[in-house]
Amino acid sequence: MTPAVPGVLLAENGPDSFIWWAWVGDHLDEIWERTVQHVQLTVIALVVGFAVSTVLALIALRFRRTYTPITGFAGVLYAIPSLALFAFLVPITGLSLLTAEIGLVSYTLLILVRNMVAGIDGVPAAVREAADGMGYTPWRRFVAVDARLATPTIVAGVRIAAVTTVGLVTVTALIGQGGYGALINDGLSRSFNTPIVVGAALSILLAMAVDLLLVGAERLLTPWARAGRR
Amino acid sequence: MQSQQTVGGADGPVGADAATPAVPATATQPTAGPAEAAIRLVAVTKAFPQATSPAVDRLSLEVGRGELTALVGPSGCGKSTTLKMINRLIEPTSGTIEVGGVEVRDQPRHELRRQIGYVIQQIGLFPHRTVADNIATVPRLLGWRKATIRARTAELAGQVGLDRDLLDRYPSALSGGQQQRVGVARALAADPPVLLMDEPYSAVDPIVRAHLQDDLARLQQELHKTIVLVTHDVDEAIKLGDRIALLNVGGHLEQFGTPAEVLRAPANEFVERFLGRERGLKRMALITVAEVPLGGGPMVQADAAPAEAEAAMAAEGVDWVGVLAGDELLGWADGADLAGAARVGDAPRTPFRAFVRPGTTIREALDNIVNSRTRVAVVLDDDDRYLGMLTVDHLAEALE
Ligand SMILES: Nc1ncnc2c1ncn2[C@@H]1O[C@H](COP(=O)(O)OP(=O)(O)O)[C@@H](O)[C@H]1O
Ligand SMILES: [Mg+2]
Repeated sequence: MTPAVPGVLLAENGPDSFIWWAWVGDHLDEIWERTVQHVQLTVIALVVGFAVSTVLALIALRFRRTYTPITGFAGVLYAIPSLALFAFLVPITGLSLLTAEIGLVSYTLLILVRNMVAGIDGVPAAVREAADGMGYTPWRRFVAVDARLATPTIVAGVRIAAVTTVGLVTVTALIGQGGYGALINDGLSRSFNTPIVVGAALSILLAMAVDLLLVGAERLLTPWARAGRR
Repeated sequence: MQSQQTVGGADGPVGADAATPAVPATATQPTAGPAEAAIRLVAVTKAFPQATSPAVDRLSLEVGRGELTALVGPSGCGKSTTLKMINRLIEPTSGTIEVGGVEVRDQPRHELRRQIGYVIQQIGLFPHRTVADNIATVPRLLGWRKATIRARTAELAGQVGLDRDLLDRYPSALSGGQQQRVGVARALAADPPVLLMDEPYSAVDPIVRAHLQDDLARLQQELHKTIVLVTHDVDEAIKLGDRIALLNVGGHLEQFGTPAEVLRAPANEFVERFLGRERGLKRMALITVAEVPLGGGPMVQADAAPAEAEAAMAAEGVDWVGVLAGDELLGWADGADLAGAARVGDAPRTPFRAFVRPGTTIREALDNIVNSRTRVAVVLDDDDRYLGMLTVDHLAEALE
């Protein structure tokens, strides 16, 4: 590969350039398709990961003794290199969406469960005592008070999980699930810079966009936090 | 003397209350002891697991309806535990607790608690809800209509002395004192007959605390709630309590009675020590001038002859004389200045600078006495008519 020199980007733009704009222009449809795939893979992973983590966090909160085993297990999953995990799963679940999502979801669990539990634990004891004293039923208190106050901590976890997942989705192209990883693989197999650069750059941009979106969501969900900082 | 395990108070609810006209039904109760019990604890014990001795050991106590009962005692004596057993935040190991004639354990916890206001030292406002929404907590749980809730919230803000502009703020924007007012408003929102308060004013500075205490006293005059107030501050208990229950470690009830009773006759050394020094002064803060027989003082009419003034001075053993026109007090004249005057009114006069009213505490009257040149406190009624005079001797008599 020829190292890129930004100064000559537009001067003699061609197949050997860091990025060949003509190729980009010709492949907008494919790039859009990869974007849709990438977003789908990410969203499914986050939604399923959030749901699974919620269940695990509820179990850990209800039965405190399960917290260490649950986070220990999630920690092991988190520590497995992604390529190794897919290599292990493919003989069982094939080159499928399921395989990709199992891997992606696994990586969200540790951070989500930890932040969910930490968020609930961070609710001031006096607030809980007051809520109980007012006559909240336990479940209603959990939903209306504890979970609401844990929102900033939980969203912080979701942001990390989301950014991590967007990056990881590029790896799932290896098992044929598309996304920006497919562009990157294409470029690698042909020693052709442009798809690699486009795939990587868009993946980074998508991660930043998702993060911004979540920051916005947090502001909407926690109006009191801003008021308090005055 | 052994600790009394049940109600005390042989003379019924008199004393401190007698001066305040708006005392609730208790004042007309013919029987001894508190009014009809709104909360009844019978041999209540709480032994926490792993604790060597019970936090509360066979405590029996009756809290009169419409009264403010202060639970006071040293830290760790079981006050909070006792309070939390009433709204079942803590379940007793044994014994029974009734609120409004119904055993608390016969009701679902959340239903019981919605009928009992609860205020704690750390306040525990919901940081994610506006002040108005905090106050609306229990009405929402009870499913009140929106319009009713809004009206009630505004009414409560007024009652607890909270600026309406604050209703749309979040709690973090409020001062400690304002937050505690919100805490009280929230506890009162659904108009519960019973209010439990656990050291509500311990975390605010003394000036704000005094304000909040005065506000609570005023609010209670209007609302006549059955209030149990936990405090480690005996002065707060005396100031606010219709009755005070002095607890020792293990929830042992050492004495139960009106502040006046407890101060006049501490049941034992523990109570005496806990009440602290200046017990006499504390008692004086509970007695008003109206309850003390006044002296006439060396008083003469302005048109009287100096000889009459001389006689009055001699009778009282003083060297000054008060000058009246009818029942209007003109001032006082020095005995030495009377010689040349045809009438007492012609002698040079000094006005009295400070007066006390029938509703003034005799503690304040004492302050007046020691600060006045004449060593008396002049008592005027609310229309400034002369009623009499107080000397230190009168006050000492009132305390006997
Ligand atoms: N949840 C608990 N578990 C074990 N011991 C407790 C608990 N709550 C209170 N205690 C103990 O019970 C005793 C009374 O506590 P508390 O009622 O809070 O006292 P107070 O409110 O009078 O300061 C203390 O010795 C305290 O350590
Ligand atoms: Mg306490």
